[in-house]
Amino acid sequence: MSAHTYETVETDVLVLGAGGAGLRGTLAAAEAGLRVLIVCKSLLGKAHTVMAEGGVAAAMHNVAYQDTWEVHFADTMKGGKLINDWHMAELHAKESPERVLELERWGAVFDRTWQGRIHQRPFGAHTYPRLAHIGDRTGLELIRTLQDRAVHTPRVDVHMEVNVFKLLKADGRIAGALAYRRADGSLILYRCAAILLATGGTGKIYRVTSNSWESTGDGTALAYEAGAQLRDMEMMQFHPTGMVWPAGVRGLLITEAVRGEGGVLRNKDGERFMERYDHERMELSSRDVVARAINSEVNAGRGTPHGGAYLDITHRTPEFIKSKLPSMYEQFLKLANVDITRQPMEVAPTIHYAMGGIRVDAETGATIVPGLYAAGEVASGLHGANRLGGNSLSDLLVFGKRAGEGVASAAKANAGASTAKLDPKELDSAIAELMAPLERPAGESPYKLFAEIQEVMTTHAPIVRDGPGLEAGVEKIHALGSRVAACGTGGPTTLAFNPGWHTAGDLKSMLVNSEALLRSAIERKESRGAHARSDFPRTEDELTPINFIVEKTADGMDVRAERQAPMPDYLAEAVQHSYARYTPEATE
Amino acid sequence: MIEQTAGRAQGAPEEISNLELNIWRGNSAGGDIVSYRVPVREGMVVLDAVLWVQANMASDLAVRWNCKAAKCGSCSAEVNGFPRLMCKTPISEYGGSVTVRPMKAFPVVKDLVTDVSWNYEVNKQIPPFTPSERDATSSEPWRMQQKDVERVMEFRKCIECFLCQDVCHVLRVHDDKAAFYGPRFMVRIASLEMHPKDVLDRTPLLKGKAGVGYCNVTKCCTEVCPEHIKITDNAIIPLKERMDDAYFDPIRAIVRRLGGSPKRRPVGE
Repeated sequence: MSAHTYETVETDVLVLGAGGAGLRGTLAAAEAGLRVLIVCKSLLGKAHTVMAEGGVAAAMHNVAYQDTWEVHFADTMKGGKLINDWHMAELHAKESPERVLELERWGAVFDRTWQGRIHQRPFGAHTYPRLAHIGDRTGLELIRTLQDRAVHTPRVDVHMEVNVFKLLKADGRIAGALAYRRADGSLILYRCAAILLATGGTGKIYRVTSNSWESTGDGTALAYEAGAQLRDMEMMQFHPTGMVWPAGVRGLLITEAVRGEGGVLRNKDGERFMERYDHERMELSSRDVVARAINSEVNAGRGTPHGGAYLDITHRTPEFIKSKLPSMYEQFLKLANVDITRQPMEVAPTIHYAMGGIRVDAETGATIVPGLYAAGEVASGLHGANRLGGNSLSDLLVFGKRAGEGVASAAKANAGASTAKLDPKELDSAIAELMAPLERPAGESPYKLFAEIQEVMTTHAPIVRDGPGLEAGVEKIHALGSRVAACGTGGPTTLAFNPGWHTAGDLKSMLVNSEALLRSAIERKESRGAHARSDFPRTEDELTPINFIVEKTADGMDVRAERQAPMPDYLAEAVQHSYARYTPEATE
Repeated sequence: MIEQTAGRAQGAPEEISNLELNIWRGNSAGGDIVSYRVPVREGMVVLDAVLWVQANMASDLAVRWNCKAAKCGSCSAEVNGFPRLMCKTPISEYGGSVTVRPMKAFPVVKDLVTDVSWNYEVNKQIPPFTPSERDATSSEPWRMQQKDVERVMEFRKCIECFLCQDVCHVLRVHDDKAAFYGPRFMVRIASLEMHPKDVLDRTPLLKGKAGVGYCNVTKCCTEVCPEHIKITDNAIIPLKERMDDAYFDPIRAIVRRLGGSPKRRPVGE
């Protein structure tokens, strides 16, 4: 028996993560009549969803009457360079309008058209204006609406500031999880009939990122350790416009809405360089194209003083900018002393979103582990090789609901799992591993190792990669692995709110995500979407329906290619169809 | 006061000068200010300095933060005595010395982390958004005009940093959390009451448990709001007026007695 005691908490469905997907999944599972317990690393309402600015993509055709689910589907597939799970993309395009309207009925307040409908703004690589929005704080509205509904729903409870360390199985099914409270370090054994993972992304494995401390890829790592498959892990999105200066705010996001509202990109010579990269769509090209264009300009010596490009919206009136982009105006004035109504912004690519993640069933969010479900950024498939702006919030709503229903039916069908006997040895060794950094006062500082992992990923899996660099990265991650296994807390070994200890736990997740990314990137010998390789610069047709699947085996991490079933004809036609261009004069 | 120093930071090439960062360290049993020397980088905010100390000098320094972009409201603290978001407070606003303490209105957990769970309990007591039966069951998308939704949009900008709660004298000085929900939840109630599609009437709650009468309009909350919500003018005063109209207007009292039932459903009595 372990020397450490724990409290046992029982529920039907355990939801890990309280962002949009976790909350929407919670509501769906509670509606099915089950007890749902949400566990989150931060306070409720602080999840990364609040950072989403631009809007939620849904073909409601409130602004462009030509918009239909087929066009949204085609845009999503083309943006994802055709390796998306086409069934997910179909469900997403069909169901997102309903999910947005439902949000409004729960109290969300969107910007309106002159007719009083939900307004929709144009965004990169969306054929028509499609993003329902609330100024530039759409994510906050979404999370607050779902959060308020969840806390007023019977049978829903929330455990805030709790970290989950390991998923536990009984008889091959999910049956619980080991966790600790950040505030006092006390242990909790959750017993449940099924788990929904909605833990978000893994941007923190890079140094320059728009992601918060929470995005250490915990969900992908927990699922991987539990036997689930990961997919498209090489596909990590660089958002084209992060702040570059001052140094303290490097990587902070500048919403794509700036370009959606007319912002133009220029290099240091004043040239509107997107002309040379995507003449048709210019600044509103897909994110992978714009990010690489800025990168190329900087590499060619045409960058700004701090190594970026200029993003200029000064041709719009100050009133327009302050009403459409209020938080951007505030952010630059306060943090960079730049008045964006009069001066251009300096921007450079920043790590933003993981398209890859846990492989799930399109309709239910099920993984291959019985009782384990996933939705949102931690899952994969919808976005393929590149995510379009606005498709993330709709992803959370559509697949949060579906996975919530999926996890609920699994929990109902296997209510016995929450009382099935756990393997005591497995539990004891998990507790020992969790507590180990506290028993190594002389161990290396986790903060140092954290920075080193970021350094490896930044250097070896940058915006344009190559085989030898990636291979060397894997070596370094392996070397870091043994140091992480022996690390301490970096100082005091107290249990009470000890971020050094918490960080030591995060490292484990980061290593899994880093290795999966590097290894998948080595296998994809071509350039596609977010994955660009200087040694394989072309997109290979024969790799089009191929995804790389990562799985844990007895010999370590296994990466293999898998071919998707071909799209049905009606979907293939939707992708190939040529849609009329949007002309504001004709529709508004 | 305890002094701690460390060697030069690794990887800080833009080092210009040093900052004396004084951080309150302790827990519910008590604590003290500890002083750290932090190398300053251009554009550094107070949160950067605190996180630098955490990574290099005090690995167990407890602090909450998330987005680092003033969008989540996690890193609230009192910087040189003034409630602020640390991620939005440039070091350059101060001289060579900054003192950071946890919010005073809430019990300390450890260092800069406070127990804000009371706020989440209050939120549960406020009846949520409730549309009319007709709106709720209609199959048509709702129509609302921009000018009607803009009024509540101001309130919905709230990022729940709880700085307004921290500075409110009812909560901070008198610790009278049983009598008054505090500015944050006046904003919350206003966002529901003024929502074009909400049909509940929360004035009984305002008069009773929420205690809107306790606010004596000093506007301290408005002053510290990082989202620049005009909490007192646009949320609290209109709510006070609603309560006055409902309970203390003699003509309405007569109308009510004659059975002029309000259209909206009163809740919270």
